[in-house]
Amino acid sequence: MEKEKNKYSIIVPTYNERLNIALLVYLIFKHLKDVDFEIIVVDDGSPDGTQEVVKQLQKLYGEDRILLRARPRKLGLGTAYIHGLKHASGNFVVIMDADLSHHPKYLPSFIRKQIETGANIVTGTRYVRGGGVHGWNLMRKLTSRGANVLAQTLLWPGVSDLTGSFRLYQRSVLEDVINSCVSKGYVFQMEMIVRASRKGCHIAEVPITFVDRVYGSSKLGGSEIVEYLKGLAYLLVTT
Amino acid sequence: MKQIIKILSILIAIAAFWIGLLESSVVPRSNTWLLPIYLIVSLGCYGLLMVGVGLMKFPTCPQEAGLLQKDVAEAKEFLKQRGIDVASD
Ligand SMILES: Nc1nc2c(ncn2[C@@H]2O[C@H](COP(=O)(O)OP(=O)(O)OP(=O)(O)O)[C@@H](O)[C@H]2O)c(=O)[nH]1
Ligand SMILES: [Mg+2]
Repeated sequence: MEKEKNKYSIIVPTYNERLNIALLVYLIFKHLKDVDFEIIVVDDGSPDGTQEVVKQLQKLYGEDRILLRARPRKLGLGTAYIHGLKHASGNFVVIMDADLSHHPKYLPSFIRKQIETGANIVTGTRYVRGGGVHGWNLMRKLTSRGANVLAQTLLWPGVSDLTGSFRLYQRSVLEDVINSCVSKGYVFQMEMIVRASRKGCHIAEVPITFVDRVYGSSKLGGSEIVEYLKGLAYLLVTT
Repeated sequence: MKQIIKILSILIAIAAFWIGLLESSVVPRSNTWLLPIYLIVSLGCYGLLMVGVGLMKFPTCPQEAGLLQKDVAEAKEFLKQRGIDVASD
């Protein structure tokens, strides 16, 4: 089968995820039994000992399956992806969060969807049948919906979930898109998918569920709404 | 073409159409004057409606939280046996 020839590099940025990364790695191995893949952990010098746990995991699963590509200090998510991508050896790249909001059980459906459709990008979407979110309060839902309606009306991106970051990319496509992206935080996710869509990439969607993080704490924050609006304006004039 | 230009062209097209209506006065001018206001109000309503509908139909997955807990327990059990430090502090 075609599946055998492909290799998937799963890039996981971490910052203080010592428990989550171990659970995540276990679940990835559980759900990707007969797939060729590697996990690239990009840790930004987490003070909680994330890297020690990753080293233990390397002993258990093999250093060729789990790659630790650390950076000395917290340098941000966008550059973490770029850093991880440099070390990726697969022809496909998956980007996912370490905090278990992105459940590895969906990985097979990403892979299947890509093989079925030949898409350049498969993006996980929470806002279709079979998808969903758990653990958000009304305010968070309201901002999410508002942001989505605004972006759909102004940007016509052709995908239903712009800020979700659980995605599978053809490696060459990701390399091409990622270097033209300058935003930070989750505007970065939006910029990637909008730019890809403008370049005429074939983007397929699979439903995913999103359970808000149970362990550890959120690293994004601050004036997210202002950042979002700035990002939207930026994308309006540059894409 | 940049997205902002697309949107501006649509707005200009609408404005041109409106001015055309004003000039030709096929419909009474007093009505034509109000059209942009209707347009803005209906856009606003559309936005609110979409957000409202989105909120009401917001897909949730409470069962997933339980499933995740099971997966976490299973993973912890496995990792603990293999001597990996999974104590949650
Ligand atoms: N390497 C690296 N990873 C980061 C950085 N900031 C966040 N991360 C990781 O990126 C992923 C997403 O971050 P989160 O804090 O979960 O962001 P979020 O999902 O928007 O927020 P939550 O509501 O807390 O889930 C997690 O795996 C983090 O550990 C960073 O500066 N460097
Ligand atoms: Mg998260």
